[in-house]
Amino acid sequence: MSRDLSGAREVLDGDDVARALTRIAHEVVERNKGAADLVLLGIPKRGVPLAYRLAERISAVEGTEVPVGALDVTMYRDDLRLRPARALEHTDIPPGGIDDRIVVLVDDVLFSGRTIRAALTALEDIGRPRAVRLVVLVDRGHRQLPIRADHVGKNIPTSLVESVKVRLAETDGHDGVLLDKPAPQTTEVLP
Amino acid sequence: MTTTLITNARVLGGEAQDILIDDGVIVALGADAATHAIVANATTIDATGLIALPGLVDLHTHLREPGREDAETVETGTRAAARGGFTAVHAMANTDPVADTAGVVEQVWRLGREAGHADVRPVGAVTVGLRGERLAELGAMAESAAGVRVFSDDGVCVHDAMLMRRALEYVKAFDGVIAQHAQEPRLTEGAQMNEGELSGRLGLRGWPSVAEEAIVARDVLLAAHVGSRVHICHLSTKGSVEIVRLAKERGLPVTAEVTPHHLLLTDELVAGYDPRYKVNPPLRSAADVAALREALADGTIDIVATDHAPHPVEAKDCEWDVAAFGMLGLETALSVVQHTMVDTGLLDWAGVADRMSFAPARIGRSDTGGQPHGRPIAAGEPANLTLVDPSTTTTIDPSASASLSRNTPYEGMKLPGTVVATFLRGRLTHDTTGGHA
Amino acid sequence: MIRHLLSAGDLSLDDATLVLDTADEMARLTEGRAVKKLPTLRGRTVVNLFFEDSTRTRTSFELAAKRLSADVINFSAKGSSLSKGESLKDTALTLEAMGADGVVVRHSASGAPYRLATSGWINACVVNAGDGTHEHPTQALLDAFTMRRHLGELAGKQIVIVGDVLHSRVARSNVLLLATLGAKVTLVAPPTLLPNGVEHWPCATSYDLDDALTGADAVMMLRVQKERMNAAFFPSAREYSRRYGLDARRQALMPPEALVLHPGPMNRGMEITADVADSARSVIVEQVTNGVYVRMAVLYLMLAGNATTEEAA
Repeated sequence: MSRDLSGAREVLDGDDVARALTRIAHEVVERNKGAADLVLLGIPKRGVPLAYRLAERISAVEGTEVPVGALDVTMYRDDLRLRPARALEHTDIPPGGIDDRIVVLVDDVLFSGRTIRAALTALEDIGRPRAVRLVVLVDRGHRQLPIRADHVGKNIPTSLVESVKVRLAETDGHDGVLLDKPAPQTTEVLP
Repeated sequence: MTTTLITNARVLGGEAQDILIDDGVIVALGADAATHAIVANATTIDATGLIALPGLVDLHTHLREPGREDAETVETGTRAAARGGFTAVHAMANTDPVADTAGVVEQVWRLGREAGHADVRPVGAVTVGLRGERLAELGAMAESAAGVRVFSDDGVCVHDAMLMRRALEYVKAFDGVIAQHAQEPRLTEGAQMNEGELSGRLGLRGWPSVAEEAIVARDVLLAAHVGSRVHICHLSTKGSVEIVRLAKERGLPVTAEVTPHHLLLTDELVAGYDPRYKVNPPLRSAADVAALREALADGTIDIVATDHAPHPVEAKDCEWDVAAFGMLGLETALSVVQHTMVDTGLLDWAGVADRMSFAPARIGRSDTGGQPHGRPIAAGEPANLTLVDPSTTTTIDPSASASLSRNTPYEGMKLPGTVVATFLRGRLTHDTTGGHA
Repeated sequence: MIRHLLSAGDLSLDDATLVLDTADEMARLTEGRAVKKLPTLRGRTVVNLFFEDSTRTRTSFELAAKRLSADVINFSAKGSSLSKGESLKDTALTLEAMGADGVVVRHSASGAPYRLATSGWINACVVNAGDGTHEHPTQALLDAFTMRRHLGELAGKQIVIVGDVLHSRVARSNVLLLATLGAKVTLVAPPTLLPNGVEHWPCATSYDLDDALTGADAVMMLRVQKERMNAAFFPSAREYSRRYGLDARRQALMPPEALVLHPGPMNRGMEITADVADSARSVIVEQVTNGVYVRMAVLYLMLAGNATTEEAA
């Protein structure tokens, strides 16, 4: 364990992240009995590079290409009116679509569950998957909806005032997960 | 009649002196006033720090009665005039019915007498119904009880050159004057604001300076040709100033007026599409404003006239295109003139007295006859006086206006000077002295 | 993001880019999808307030609002109190009472949307859908969006706008937006149809269409009403189209990949010949499709969030 300059505590380092993803890749394949019909959809921002990494690992294991894409849920969020309108992230559904596929949603942190709720609604408008599964790198608890992940990189018990920051090479230059206690007066905004 | 002693008033901004008024006439000034036999009976008004001006005369007022009593009546309009320091106003002819007969001008004149706040001098229409087709009965209006001397189709330009020529000629018989609303109609069809960079950007139909200047140029030449005097209403452009200046250098019989708003406001105000700034002629550029101030200072422009144009709320609380043209002006005129001309050093108070009382009365021939205005402040003259406190600053509040309308462009602006009291033939028509008395 | 969209000039480079990027996403999200509707503006009410007829613009806004699940109310001049002389203010108060969140307004008076937004009559966001001869900002956005899809980023691109600039709200909005995006705009028109003061606009002007077309990346033809010749803006429709119309010969003066745009409705044979309007480089039909995406983006950005909280997230 180490601390970065801001005082945040590193709870997963780059190697931990890599090992977790490898394990999850195996779990997904095992659960699905192979890679057939899988479609991986990352939730922007950091769910998308995670989905691509998972797809690579699954392909390496199974020897077949796994369709991977991105699903932005901004327009489906239930908290849009609590903040100014936000820029949209890319949505990129693989050419084969999602009808009758096993869709694996990939996100970095599972917290209240509202993002995943929005993602499930968004999927409805795109097609009708046979099943939807959920992969997260970190589950920090404090669910507000009856949602759980099928595959978790690491469960990190947190208090509500703490924040969990996932760092990935694609978006931040390096891999790692930080747990940060913010300055006292800062209020936590749920994701 | 009452006797009043005004003490320590700076007459035309000069040395402080006393003014003794009795029976509507100035009886004595200075040392003579204090020692006069009747001074013992006088009510005293302490005018220390105040400036005494001759009662102001507005050559261009819209009182809206008859026809638009929802916007203004003779009673409310003249009350506003008194508050603005005016003792006489020339009421424009574009009423409904139009003041184009002896009957209508006498009615307006009589309403003014009944109200008693300021003398109303009706302006007669030049053409029947302001339609620019045939002359109204100018002579009948001149001979009526109203004694009309100023004729104008204001709001509309007498654009037919032949008709204008005949009007100029005809009124010579009774020493009348044609007050021209200089606006070439074809160049201003649907025009909405000063034509310039801003009109192009805002997508509002442009009102080019040349539309005014072309008529001004034509009319000074026409007046010279027939040997009549012509008066140009609400001059608004630098080019018009240059034409009038040239005409005066040649000794041509032209006089001109400028409104307070054209001395202060520019077309930049239109950028927010707020119809309070919609006026005819339109607000012009800063260069025009500078030229107008300079011309008023050097006498090229003879007078300030308010073009007080009341409109009901709904005529301004709408989109720009359909909004009415015009602004209130009577109650703020002197403050705007102090702000733009006196406080800037362009004009002294004697100059203000000339531009806002002596000269307009002379042009409108209100300086003669039974109840003259614009006379010097001197013993034996009618006691038409305005006391001004130049030291105050007031934030303009439309709801405080005596006018029935609220369309002032100065809302929220801080303007200097207050009219403390107005005397019409010795009688207070406006009085905030309270503490002074 | 700005609270009202009244002028294309109110959009900063960041704002304009955000709208265009968002429109890109709207296109991706609705092109070839099972359900073209998004739930984003559920429960929000958008009023199309059209004091002037424009079926195409109204339909485009209506579709955009409906794709975002907003409730849409159409107020148009025909068959409503608008044609009976109800004032802008009374109409605005009515809309406020109905709880409109967004008002899309088309009006023949320049500045009417500005009055609606600034007079204090309503709290709703106001989108200018064309006001008099002032502006039509969403048209400029859809034009920029269409050009960007074909030409890439517009910075440095040469755009020629031809026709009745004096009376064109499309031209005004395009000049302002394209200047913000860094494009080089040249207005081409007979001198009678260029506004006074155009030399202060962020663009070049020319009376010579042939000369301006050389090296152009896109040319936008403006609608010219034939009635203008009655007010002596030009001598005849024939002379106008000969001097300022886009035909195949003139199209050949442009680089082969240069685009042809027209905000519609076109006067075929007047400002543009049929063969040019229907040519492979004409994106006129695509402009209509893109109009929906751009208007979805505008409505999303103006109505989805809470405008009262400042950018904290």
